[in-house]
Amino acid sequence: MDFNDTPQEAEFRAEANRWLSQNAKPRSESGNMMSMFAESEGGDLRGEAEWQMVREAQAWQRKKADAGWGVITWPKKYGGRGGNIMQSVIWGQEESKFETPANIFMIGIGMAGPTIMTHGTNEQKDRYLPPMLRGEEVWCQLFSEPGAGSDLAGLRTRAVKDGNDWIINGQKVWTSGAHYSKWGILVTRHDPTLPKHKGLTYFIVDMESPGIEVRPIRQITGGANFNEVFFNDVRIPDSNRLGAVGQGWAVSITTLMNERMSIGGGGGLFGGDNGLGSIIALLRGLTVDGRPALEHDAVRQKMAEFAARFKGLELTGYRTLSALSQGAMPGSESSIMKLAMGLLVQEMAAFIMELQAASGVLTDKQETLMEAMWQQAYLGIPAIRIAGGTDEVQRNIIGERILGLPTDIRLDKNVPFNEVPTGASKKG
Amino acid sequence: MNFKFSQDQEMMRDSAKRLLADLSTYAAVHKILDSDATHDANLWKQMAEAGWLSTAIPEEYGGAGMGYLELAVLAEEMGKALACTPFASSIYFAAELIKAAGSESQKTTYLPKLAMGESIATVAYAEKGRIDAAGVQVKAQGGKLTGTKSPVADGLCADLVIVSARDDQGVSLYLVDLNAGGVSREPVATMDRTRKQARLTFNGAQGELLGQAGQGGALLDAASYKVAALLAFEQVGGAQDAMEMATQYAKERYAFGRPIGSFQAIKHRIADMFVKVEMARSSAYYAAWALESAPEKLHQAASAARVMGIDAYSFAAQENVQIHGGIGFTWEANPHLHMKRAKHLESLLGGGIVWRERLMRSMEAAA
Repeated sequence: MDFNDTPQEAEFRAEANRWLSQNAKPRSESGNMMSMFAESEGGDLRGEAEWQMVREAQAWQRKKADAGWGVITWPKKYGGRGGNIMQSVIWGQEESKFETPANIFMIGIGMAGPTIMTHGTNEQKDRYLPPMLRGEEVWCQLFSEPGAGSDLAGLRTRAVKDGNDWIINGQKVWTSGAHYSKWGILVTRHDPTLPKHKGLTYFIVDMESPGIEVRPIRQITGGANFNEVFFNDVRIPDSNRLGAVGQGWAVSITTLMNERMSIGGGGGLFGGDNGLGSIIALLRGLTVDGRPALEHDAVRQKMAEFAARFKGLELTGYRTLSALSQGAMPGSESSIMKLAMGLLVQEMAAFIMELQAASGVLTDKQETLMEAMWQQAYLGIPAIRIAGGTDEVQRNIIGERILGLPTDIRLDKNVPFNEVPTGASKKG
Repeated sequence: MNFKFSQDQEMMRDSAKRLLADLSTYAAVHKILDSDATHDANLWKQMAEAGWLSTAIPEEYGGAGMGYLELAVLAEEMGKALACTPFASSIYFAAELIKAAGSESQKTTYLPKLAMGESIATVAYAEKGRIDAAGVQVKAQGGKLTGTKSPVADGLCADLVIVSARDDQGVSLYLVDLNAGGVSREPVATMDRTRKQARLTFNGAQGELLGQAGQGGALLDAASYKVAALLAFEQVGGAQDAMEMATQYAKERYAFGRPIGSFQAIKHRIADMFVKVEMARSSAYYAAWALESAPEKLHQAASAARVMGIDAYSFAAQENVQIHGGIGFTWEANPHLHMKRAKHLESLLGGGIVWRERLMRSMEAAA
């Protein structure tokens, strides 16, 4: 057991840091944390400001790719570095110390990429992975529907074969970045007479195809990063099918496992070892009911509890990655990370807002601690607790796949999908 | 970064598991619970013969000269098996204090005996439950001790006790031979009867100064971080066993025509146990590594590991009783063993309140 870098890891870290120092600015103290909530920022991001953000993100990704830092673990033939998981963690830790544009490539590089690598044909890998890695083509995810969230396999968007094409009709929702994406990963139902998990087929869809309509959805943060996406007789060539007809569920699981990993995992969320220390430094300026916040035992106890949980979470992430790097199979461990992280950040955000007394509810950057970062986190975190499987779905995964507890009784599992009872059919 | 125990350490774990599976069964633990036995003497003897006690004691003092990671592996397994022995008192605490503060002759005299299990040692630091050095009232004058320490874990079976006492230099530590007279010991009733505790009354017992006079508080404080890191492994082991017990029962017990583990109300609570256990385990690993290789990180790492260990064990132990329903409230069933052990381990060194404050202070110092 050794939590220090090996000599090779230290060398890699130094190399990463050298490149980053030459190509980016170090982060300020308050920018050090939770850049993941950047997208939850309020106000109307749509329009020129958002396109500017997209262009900056693309430029940064291309710069990294040109220097061989695009994606550490991907094979060189797709433009990756051919590195290992620990190197990828180290890169993430180092990159988080610098000011970088918002990461709009999580769905592509974090989810669609690994899915194509696992289930795609060689032609698909060669076509999609290199421009994805270079940030030239942005990806979005077309999974959830108004009637299919936690029960994703209950989705209804139809795919009907027509010659060498498929014709898609239906509606997707919760699609981040659909309006600036070139490609989408799409799960559809090709056969409603089969039981629900068996009638699904997975596609790559060109978001510029005729018949696709993208409409913004305003979120509780005030931002409109999400969309609903309508499909009206959209044609997809069969060569864009990912995995066999009827294998859509298995392919989706690959995507979802990677989604949980990218939401819960990763180092440097709070800037590593001293991240919580910097929160404490900021609390030094606050008073609660006339006394310095840090003289209140209630504050001290709570902050220490948060710190212990945060460190435990960070270490659990590293433990999982360390096991993966030594050849363990990726399992359901990312469910722990996502579940624990969502709850922790929500509690922390609420508490740190409470400490800001009358300013707690404000989103004005000048009137709040850390430029309203905790207020943004408070509004953004419910999405983290929903995306990639809700807290309850994660608990089912832990209970059933890790601990081997029996599944719940499922009324819909082995019946043809078109005979599954729904709220709508009951009313009718 | 490497988060794994070595192959040798894992082999040690396997042999520890085997020995404990044979000897520290639930039935064996119940036997200690229901008797006045001070500890499981047979298990203790077998542990000594297997060399467990000598693990982290240097070779020149009759030990095996291994490190804290090996001790951590044993601690996790002992916690899981609810071992009823004075291991923590004698090895994590007393032997470590002697290693850290003892003179050459004290180390030569005492450590080999502790390593072999010929003597059992404990540390008497609490008075009426108060554990901070400022509360020490026991007096030492010319090496003679007077006053009362309570509770003292393993005070009934120990041969040797390290006592914090007030002398003209402040609070100092004294080694006292419990078989030499001048001390009376009596049992104090405790919830966890598998880990008996004592009240020790000193009536002029002869003590031998351990470490510098006046440094007793500092020595105990330093030792407490080591003990906390190792106890965190016992807590993780215990929490793991409570969780496994709950999981097993939820698979076997039927209600409303189905296993209760198929109900989300039960399944999700066990999943919450799992999350807490895994986070506590990661924190304990980090503390063990700090103990072995990065002493500058020990205060923060051990404090966090203890906070997480206490939380995981008390949650898993308490909810395991609830998941068992009515049978879980009976003396003959096993869930209450963990519920009580969790409180025992928490009561040593002070609980979450104390260690959250310590964690906060170590973070402020670093910020």
